[in-house]
Amino acid sequence: MPETVLKGKAIKLGDDISTDDIIPGRFAHLRSNLPELSKHTFEDLIPNFGSRVNQGNFLVAGKNFGSGSSREHAPLVIKMSGIAAILAKSAARIFFRNAINQGLPVLLCDTAQINDGDELEIALTEGVITNLTSNARLTSTKMPSLMFAILKEGGLIPYIKKHKDFEL
Amino acid sequence: MGKTLAEKILSLKAGADAKSGDIVIANVDLVFLQDTTGPLVIKQFKESGLAAIAEPKKAAIFLDHAAPSPAQQISNDHVLLRHFARETNCHIYEVGNGICHQLVAEHFAKPGNIIVGADSHTVTAGGLCAFATGMGSTDIAIAMALGKTWFRVPETFLINLSGSFPKGVYAKDLILSLIGQLGTDGATYKALEFGGESLARLTMSERLTIANMVVEAGAKVGLFPSDEVTQSFLSAQGRGDGYKPLYPDADANYERIMSLNLASLEPMVSFPHTVDNVRPVSEAKGVKVQQVFIGTCTNGRLEDLALAANILKGKKRYSDTRLLVAPASQQVLLQAVEKGYIHSLVESGAVILPPGCAACLGLHQGVLADREACLSTANRNFKGRMGNPEAMIYLASPATAAASAIKGEITDPREVM
Repeated sequence: MPETVLKGKAIKLGDDISTDDIIPGRFAHLRSNLPELSKHTFEDLIPNFGSRVNQGNFLVAGKNFGSGSSREHAPLVIKMSGIAAILAKSAARIFFRNAINQGLPVLLCDTAQINDGDELEIALTEGVITNLTSNARLTSTKMPSLMFAILKEGGLIPYIKKHKDFEL
Repeated sequence: MGKTLAEKILSLKAGADAKSGDIVIANVDLVFLQDTTGPLVIKQFKESGLAAIAEPKKAAIFLDHAAPSPAQQISNDHVLLRHFARETNCHIYEVGNGICHQLVAEHFAKPGNIIVGADSHTVTAGGLCAFATGMGSTDIAIAMALGKTWFRVPETFLINLSGSFPKGVYAKDLILSLIGQLGTDGATYKALEFGGESLARLTMSERLTIANMVVEAGAKVGLFPSDEVTQSFLSAQGRGDGYKPLYPDADANYERIMSLNLASLEPMVSFPHTVDNVRPVSEAKGVKVQQVFIGTCTNGRLEDLALAANILKGKKRYSDTRLLVAPASQQVLLQAVEKGYIHSLVESGAVILPPGCAACLGLHQGVLADREACLSTANRNFKGRMGNPEAMIYLASPATAAASAIKGEITDPREVM
């Protein structure tokens, strides 16, 4: 995790966004070709998602973000699109763990207080989100310290390369 | 304070007094991957710099999600997975052997095990009292290399079951009804533990169906105690020595206790496009279906095929409704042939697909057309799940599926039984 304070614009999504919404199962034949696979990110849900996202934007979702399949390609293609962090009211547990393992921060907080297009500042270490548009301050649920350590290293692979094992 | 099943298994395996909320590191008894998540597991495994699989006989690869392969890229992925199995000497189950979760239940899972798989329906083995949960490819790669992984010990919801199923109502109706009550995120990060006086009457096939779908309410595991039903299933599989009784402590601490009377249930249907959109079958009456799909890790076992075959025997599928049947494993297929179920199904107009995931996830063997509707015995009805975002997917029991195949529209199975 090179940056601990992130600044960017919110892209607002709804509830129950499944991994099939993020990257439809019918493109499973492209999973070993990530540049091709990533062209289909959110294809059924958000037309032209790729051109709507700017580097450093945040996805801001409702409840149960990333439900369904264990496919880690879901957080992977989101990260490849330039999204710097995901904020959600709640997230499916496999997706949550996968995103952190890919070094993509997921913060659980009251996202009803964020509108599409709002400018946000996220202090990752503190878990505090400041809505620069509305001046509201949100606190996210603290993640286990092991998980935060994995995120800080940029994901599970860099963590393991450095530590060789899990350290509690 | 006593322990729930989840706390008990994690305590035993981690060698610690594990309480909900704790983080523990525990050895895994089986770590597995399948053909759509597996190639990324191998990529991450190689990138980790950890040279070998900790214990190759505790690792398995299953070619089931797109099998036989419908596309050249997936064929190449299959080759990659076969090579990896040869290099590392781990188990590999080939195209046509069956669905990973069914094969794990038949050949691997034991009470008290910890099982992690690169597939969200890994929870199925909770029917055998294994702490079994799905993870992503990187977690699986590291679990394979280290022989262990980390867990947050989940809080537990106890689901107390009483009474017996009335005619036409099955395990699928029970779990759909429970998911309808909990909602898609009602049990996120939690363990669901099943208890109550009905347990002794729930077969292993029914327990696997119920455990399979707990993830649709967000749960991390769905655990059944290990009892005589578990023992006789393991003995029948030639694995009787793997049995040990395992129950929660009487004074275990549950975050929530729910009661479900089986006698009060009716056939249920999950409407598009979320699994918790559950209504009684009467509300789906008249919904035309162009395809009926019976199979998957939820409902592709022998009891499921028997149920469908007995309803369809001597009858024909509706002329404009395709009927697809995929046994969950080779063992299921062979037993279904022996018992005459396959004969009845084929005579009724069914297409028998090879043991595997088949039409469930939209890659092959039954992709839906625009505006078509499918009644499926699978576990997910997300938009686009069966390969077409313009199609509608309804979920129900094998009995409701068989009845609907005869009528060409969603039908209460009690009308044809």
